[in-house]
Amino acid sequence: MSTLRKRREFIESEQQLAARHTKGKIWLAAFQIALLVGVLVLVVLLLTIINTSFGYSAVENEVDPENLAVNGVPLEELPQEALVEILTQNISAGLFARFESEQPVAERPAEELYDLIQEHVISPQVKESWNLVDSLTRRGEILAVIETKYPEAELKFFSWVNWDFVRSQQSSHPEIAGIRTAILGSVWTIAIAIFFSLPVGIAAAIYLQDYAPDNFINRVIQTNINNLAGVPSIIYGILGLAIFVRAFGFFTSGIAFGAADPSTANGRTIVSAGLTLGILVLPLVIINAQEAIKAVPNSLREAGFGLGATRWQTVWSHVLPNALPGVLTGSILAVSRAIGETAPLIVIGASTFIQVDPGGPFSKFTTLPAQIYQWTVRPQGAFHNIAAAASLVLLVLLLALNATAILLRNRYSRRY
Amino acid sequence: MQTNPQSELAPAQNGKYAIQTNNLAIYYGDFRAVKEVNLNIEPRRITAIIGPSGCGKTTVLRAFNRMNELIPSVRTEGEVIFGGRNIYEREVDPVEVRRRIGMVFQKPNPFPKSIFENIAWGARINGFKGNMNQLVEDTLKSAALWDEVNDKLEQSGLSLSGGQQQRLCIARAIAVKPDIILMDEPCSALDPIATLRIEELMRDLAKEYTIIIVTHNMQQAARVSDYTAFFSLSEDGKRSGMLMEYGDTKTMFTNPKQKLTEDYITGRFG
Repeated sequence: MSTLRKRREFIESEQQLAARHTKGKIWLAAFQIALLVGVLVLVVLLLTIINTSFGYSAVENEVDPENLAVNGVPLEELPQEALVEILTQNISAGLFARFESEQPVAERPAEELYDLIQEHVISPQVKESWNLVDSLTRRGEILAVIETKYPEAELKFFSWVNWDFVRSQQSSHPEIAGIRTAILGSVWTIAIAIFFSLPVGIAAAIYLQDYAPDNFINRVIQTNINNLAGVPSIIYGILGLAIFVRAFGFFTSGIAFGAADPSTANGRTIVSAGLTLGILVLPLVIINAQEAIKAVPNSLREAGFGLGATRWQTVWSHVLPNALPGVLTGSILAVSRAIGETAPLIVIGASTFIQVDPGGPFSKFTTLPAQIYQWTVRPQGAFHNIAAAASLVLLVLLLALNATAILLRNRYSRRY
Repeated sequence: MQTNPQSELAPAQNGKYAIQTNNLAIYYGDFRAVKEVNLNIEPRRITAIIGPSGCGKTTVLRAFNRMNELIPSVRTEGEVIFGGRNIYEREVDPVEVRRRIGMVFQKPNPFPKSIFENIAWGARINGFKGNMNQLVEDTLKSAALWDEVNDKLEQSGLSLSGGQQQRLCIARAIAVKPDIILMDEPCSALDPIATLRIEELMRDLAKEYTIIIVTHNMQQAARVSDYTAFFSLSEDGKRSGMLMEYGDTKTMFTNPKQKLTEDYITGRFG
């Protein structure tokens, strides 16, 4: 090739330099736009939830709490005996008989009586609620609407997510309904899912990564695990229903351990839900743990073997400690997927309405996402507000889990 | 450390070869990487394995302590005689083989643990019951590392310099009292001064241990080794590595028997 021609070829490519840079910039812009779209969607999601979680509501009380005050002492400061009196006078005989049969009313603590009076005597009803943006910008209009449509009602600014909301139990009145039962249900099921899937998943990952020979059977197993990670969660729900609820109902209902009444108990319990979620995340835990174990350099394994260590000694002393931060991070991220699962739990039988806190693995339960789902399908507007509020709580719970994952990773990685 | 009484391998004896190979051939899948290797390694001497890239030096070295088995596709034929028997016999436990034949790798690979733990771990897993502090101190002294690290035994092994890390790896290997130490290009990642210190250490260790070292550096082979094995690719078109010439280093470097050896040593190829 002549020098002249060579030079000309390079002159051409110099002219292309600008074009190359332009191409690079176009791709960069595309990546930035993609990121922007993602962030935007998240922001919109968050704003929508917040928008619904706060705002004005028109509240109408059946009985004005001021009328219940005795000698100018407001309701919440009345002694227990006075509350018993008020409750007895203001509710129907049938309802009173029901309360009596659960626990004699006169023996109940003041707070409980206050709650009962709130729910059954004052019985506040949200006639209409407005979202945060409307509440801030159209206050005049809202006041006008209330005056014409609900002359009895009072305008109140609600922060639907509040401490009482987190602390109270489920109720058919959205104003006083809470998510304590659902949070406890979520915590219980996730705890069981973790206790099942973490040991099993990590053990399987160790076997597949450090023991299993590379043969046909193990390749089939590996492929299947990868595919299982993508199976829709409802299918795991059906699996859980068939196996844990039905086939092993004797055990999952607690009858086998004498923890439940054989005539009424069934397998639709926390332990069934937890195990189903555990199986659901198991493939993810295995894959994440495998990645973390794979990332441990082979030179460490060789160093161990070279000293006359057995495979187990090498794995236990060098592979696992070095893989642990990655295993934990991956596992927690996998588990945080389970905390948001709704479909399989509804199949398993998360209760639609439950006021009793779960007391153990054989309790009936509901979980946060199931609760949110049930509230969003109600027609009354205020249920949508508390559904949004519950979503906020769920998000906070998720963030807490993910933050734990990051903290664990940072803490353990710093050691090496 | 006491020799494991369960061991099926006889303890090292004076006057015999430390380790021998008999028609050793190693395959990666269908590819024969080395063939017809017959080597008799002298005890308490340094034997260097030299040769051009890809001629199977490291593969042969790793065959001495069954390290190749960690690669799934590798198959070994022929015999490696150590402690009175072929270490590839079914009854021989590779774990015991590796305890008796230690290894130092190309890239320093200390455990991401404390310096103390780097030395102590190998002894502990092999059932060492004596005074661990004493063992660590003695071992580090034998590896000429004690003066540099005695005040920071609790620091991570990774906090040391490259040369120190490699000496830590050598110390780690001798802590389990092997008979033979295999070294796979131990200085290739080190600067000349660190290299020199390792070479001094090797000369020192050769009083007690049999050392087999793979090296790309001919000067290094000439400087440290007592015996040299020259490997090259066969010329039958299959490109298997094979032992071309083996003898004491001085003769090999001054008066090689084969033309190929001379060409390689004088830098005409390789």
